[in-house]
Amino acid sequence: MAEVSLHKLNKKFDTTHVVKDVDLQIRDKEFMVFVGPSGCGKTTTLRMIAGLEAITTGEIRIDDRVVNEVPPMDRDIAMVFQNYALYPHMSVASNLAFGLKMRKFEKAEIEKRINNAASILGIESLLQRKPRQLSGGQRQRVALGRAIVRDPKVFLFDEPLSNLDAKLRVQMRVELKKLHERLAVTSVYVTHDQVEAMTLGDRVVVMKDGVVQQVGEPLELYNTPANRFVAGFIGSPAMNFADVTLVENGGKPVAEAPGLRIGVPGELATRARAKIGRKATLGIRPEDIHLATAADAPEYCFEAVVEVVEQLGSEILLDMRVGSAVMVASVEPTLRVRAHDKLKLALKPERLHLFDAESEASI
Amino acid sequence: MAVTALSAAESKRLSPRLRKLEDERWLAMALLAPTAILLGLFIAYPFFEGVLLSLSSTRVGEPGHFVGLKNFYKIWDDSIFRHTVWNTFYYTAVTTVFKLALGLWLAILLNRHFRGKAIIRAFILLPFIIPTVLSTFAWKWMFDPTFSVINWTLFQLGLITTRINWLGDPDLAMTSIIIINIWRGVPFFAITLLAGLQTISPELHEAAAIDGARPWQRFWHVTWPLLMPVTLVVVLFSVIQTFADFQLVYVMTGGGPANATHLFATYAYQLGIGTGLLSEGAAISLAMFPFLFIIVVVQLLYIRRVETR
Repeated sequence: MAEVSLHKLNKKFDTTHVVKDVDLQIRDKEFMVFVGPSGCGKTTTLRMIAGLEAITTGEIRIDDRVVNEVPPMDRDIAMVFQNYALYPHMSVASNLAFGLKMRKFEKAEIEKRINNAASILGIESLLQRKPRQLSGGQRQRVALGRAIVRDPKVFLFDEPLSNLDAKLRVQMRVELKKLHERLAVTSVYVTHDQVEAMTLGDRVVVMKDGVVQQVGEPLELYNTPANRFVAGFIGSPAMNFADVTLVENGGKPVAEAPGLRIGVPGELATRARAKIGRKATLGIRPEDIHLATAADAPEYCFEAVVEVVEQLGSEILLDMRVGSAVMVASVEPTLRVRAHDKLKLALKPERLHLFDAESEASI
Repeated sequence: MAVTALSAAESKRLSPRLRKLEDERWLAMALLAPTAILLGLFIAYPFFEGVLLSLSSTRVGEPGHFVGLKNFYKIWDDSIFRHTVWNTFYYTAVTTVFKLALGLWLAILLNRHFRGKAIIRAFILLPFIIPTVLSTFAWKWMFDPTFSVINWTLFQLGLITTRINWLGDPDLAMTSIIIINIWRGVPFFAITLLAGLQTISPELHEAAAIDGARPWQRFWHVTWPLLMPVTLVVVLFSVIQTFADFQLVYVMTGGGPANATHLFATYAYQLGIGTGLLSEGAAISLAMFPFLFIIVVVQLLYIRRVETR
């Protein structure tokens, strides 16, 4: 049982303000992922929860206890570091035992917990080895094991998979997810990889420049991003953006740019009506663009010139020029397209996004 | 491509003798030769000569002849020599312990972040940079029986009523040179250990802090074991240098009062050069060798064990 709540959390290093007014409720047993580009303040926030970084202003509570002044060892947390931070002069077993020894656990209990963690992680055969005799993936498991044996209230992960190769990272991602389901411990996970964030998180916090941009379930971020930054950061390949002007045509709002003229549908139109005559950013995900057919309404169609064709096997990515904008479309792998082809494409109107050009907030 | 073309073109122009250098065996020999010649000339040859000298009855102005181990028997019966052996061990042991403790303490302080860190680090090195003879003269002045600034300070603070004869009393003289040796040696320990500390990832300390280790436990369980290889190398260097120390004692006390502060090197010098008994001086110098040899071998074995751990 552990909830973590951050209240008006701020961190300043000398003159740089790296975490700004972060408010967040992390629920019991929740897997919360912090994601954002490097320097966005996500790791600093995690380190403040761990107690490794002093809080400038604001408050952190674990359950109902304010932990601002509580040293790391008394917060009942365990942390997995980016570089594993295994004690190089100790065997795997000693690494796992260290935290328990420091807390004066009985020898039998320490052994029981080590064996339990080792069997969960499948590292029984490595217990007598030194960290340098382990591969990256094995070290990662030991680092996880060191957190598990402690049986803490909260797990903190600081980009734990970023040092693994791509294949292993996918594998460990799945294992982390299983592990969380099995242990059901409140977890805070920091990553710069939006795929990790989407696949692991019960909820995801997107941060930029020290400010929380949006908090929500992965699909919520994907479907209804709060602003242009979240829209561009979540999803791969990234959302296409085009600078447009909102104009009125026959009583309906239309997003217009050189070589592009897209009708604004449904509810979005109601909200866009207030912004007629203003500049905006149109957003559409590559997977929401397809070859136009007779069924597509002409107001959602546009012409594009293919510049590069990227064959991925399961799909084709088309890098295209649309008027003055550059866009990427993900199309069926069976499609025969070549560079310099001129295509007529359509977008799914219900998947269209508009962002205010100035505030970048979603319209 | 361009490089190979160039070197091929060049080698055509090279004389056959220079072309031999493209063979790595010849190149290795050519590169090693200067060092080998210098070491042979200034280390191996004098050492060899010293061994011959110690087995002879040579004095200043008297070529002498081979006498076997007679000189060694003689110095073994010499009470000053025995005292010198004790002095050298005492001097080395006490100074090394203090240098290590103070050096480590300084290194840990310097490893923290504070304003003016770079300048302080540079200043710390001063005792190490100043020529020993020069700094020892300054110390000699400070320990002078009449003009001692230390006496003056203690007197003004009301801690003493009479002068302390720092260099005139055998025990105090030893303590004095030990203090100076520590002062001179701490920077080397501090800077080297600092370099060692900087290789220890701060993440390990953070992990230990979260694991529940208090600062002292973090030092004992994380810092100290990881610093051990560096520490052993520093101690090894320091022991060798201190064991064979000469300048400091020579300038400060000349081995006195009443031969109370002689080390191997100063006693060998006094006997060999001072009184002209070259062969006995050589024997004393050589007597240092087996002790040092054992110390070095033991430490090197230990370092290897620690490093492969």
